[in-house]
Amino acid sequence: MTVRGAACIVGAYEHPTRKAPDTSLAQLHAEVALGALADAGLTLRDVDGYFCAGDAPGLGPLSMVDYLNLRVRHVDSTDVGGSSYLLHVSHAAQAIAAGKCDIALITLAGRPRSEGVATGTTARAGNPAQPDVQWEYPYGPTIANMYAMCATRHMHEFGTTSEQLAWIKVAASHHAQHNPHAMLRDVVTVEDVVNSPLVAAPLHRLDCCVISDGGGALVVARPEIARSLKRPVVMLRGAGEAVKGQMGGDVDLTFTGARWSGPRAFAEAGVTPADIRYASIYDSFTITVLMQLEDLGFCEKGQGGRFVADGNLISGVGRLPFNTDGGGLCNNHPSNRGGMTKVIEAVRQLRGEAHPAVQVKDCALALAHGTGGSLGTRHGSATLILERM
Amino acid sequence: MAGRSIPFSPASPDSAPFWQAAGEGRLLLRRCEACKRVHWYPRPICPHCGGATAWEEASGRGTIYSHSVMRRAPEPYAIAYVRLEEGTTMMTNIVDCDFDAIHVGQPVRVVFVPRDGAPPMPMFTPEAAA
Ligand SMILES: [Zn+2]
Repeated sequence: MTVRGAACIVGAYEHPTRKAPDTSLAQLHAEVALGALADAGLTLRDVDGYFCAGDAPGLGPLSMVDYLNLRVRHVDSTDVGGSSYLLHVSHAAQAIAAGKCDIALITLAGRPRSEGVATGTTARAGNPAQPDVQWEYPYGPTIANMYAMCATRHMHEFGTTSEQLAWIKVAASHHAQHNPHAMLRDVVTVEDVVNSPLVAAPLHRLDCCVISDGGGALVVARPEIARSLKRPVVMLRGAGEAVKGQMGGDVDLTFTGARWSGPRAFAEAGVTPADIRYASIYDSFTITVLMQLEDLGFCEKGQGGRFVADGNLISGVGRLPFNTDGGGLCNNHPSNRGGMTKVIEAVRQLRGEAHPAVQVKDCALALAHGTGGSLGTRHGSATLILERM
Repeated sequence: MAGRSIPFSPASPDSAPFWQAAGEGRLLLRRCEACKRVHWYPRPICPHCGGATAWEEASGRGTIYSHSVMRRAPEPYAIAYVRLEEGTTMMTNIVDCDFDAIHVGQPVRVVFVPRDGAPPMPMFTPEAAA
């Protein structure tokens, strides 16, 4: 069985809020669900499959299915952090191909900004039963310093520089200036990035993504249903997933799970990185983007620094337009999980509905890639290749 | 050591010998009885082959694989992965040194840093500073 052609993304919606102190988590999930269904021209009654991850309130899918009063015959609450929603698209396609549902709803929402979570700079203990906790938590691993260790090693092995990493933020900021909802809309320079304060060396404040409230949702449906709706048809052409850890102590911080999930998606799609016109690349930090671009095959391993420099990721300027909404680096990183917004902007590009200033011409084939967890320890990885029909 | 207070995290039933040895200033790791490889973090089932593993004492020497100084913290601290001489890599802190001089490939040796209400944590310090 393949997911190639098995399902289409028929609805996509990004919540416009970036701060929602007065809206409950469940209501945010419900608002994005309604937004994506309205985008598709469907209603809650049409949904027969529901997908969510650990950001949803309550036990797995139970609370939100009940809150929305869905009548589902298929649920999946696989949680691989920020990459969950890309993986959900693939799992939804599998479920549709297997006849387990016809119209799947995927939701994400969170309020880390209103809740004052020091997301990237505080070590989190996790569940004491998590087997790594006693061996790691006392050392103060945070999201920021673990990704920083990837950057340190990349710089050591390949000569990557802070200025090259900075170009990733610069490109994101060029895109974000056109997004009225983006948290950071000012265009920044390489100097701005490298002169911003160090958070976890060698990563600076502007190497990091934003912390935002909000959410997003997708509707995935059988191709016959997609063709009956009034929206452009965005088909899933290939998908890959992977989990990477410390490999029993053979720690290798120079690559990400994209090295495994990427080729799986490309093989299923029957295309190569050179065919991709637009890429949504998970951007918790600048280094995240650089390593994933290498691992997905957009450039050779170790050449990421050169690849991203000089505006190569800026739409209309460079070879590979990326994160044209401004990405997690400038626009939005709801619930500290950037995978959902990666898919949404890829859908906008394929439909020709991105902002005109950043819309890629004749965008027929796009890639969306997500990472969840920590590149420095253990993470999920999911790659989607999407095609405008 | 002054500075950052080290958070407590509970031991698991299988790790008691490690923490007892840490209290005596000895670093233990586990080696597989089947494939003979060491691994990290310690577990009774070998992550390389599924075989049974046993404790052995490590030399306490290694080199820095990667590192980051956490600047946005009440008290800056250095986190690192250290590749032990025995051939496995552990997360740790680098202590008692100039943070700006920490570098990949730097030889380090284990020190045991006390913490309140729990056995000391194995951390590493540059060999030259020892
Ligand atoms: Zn073994």
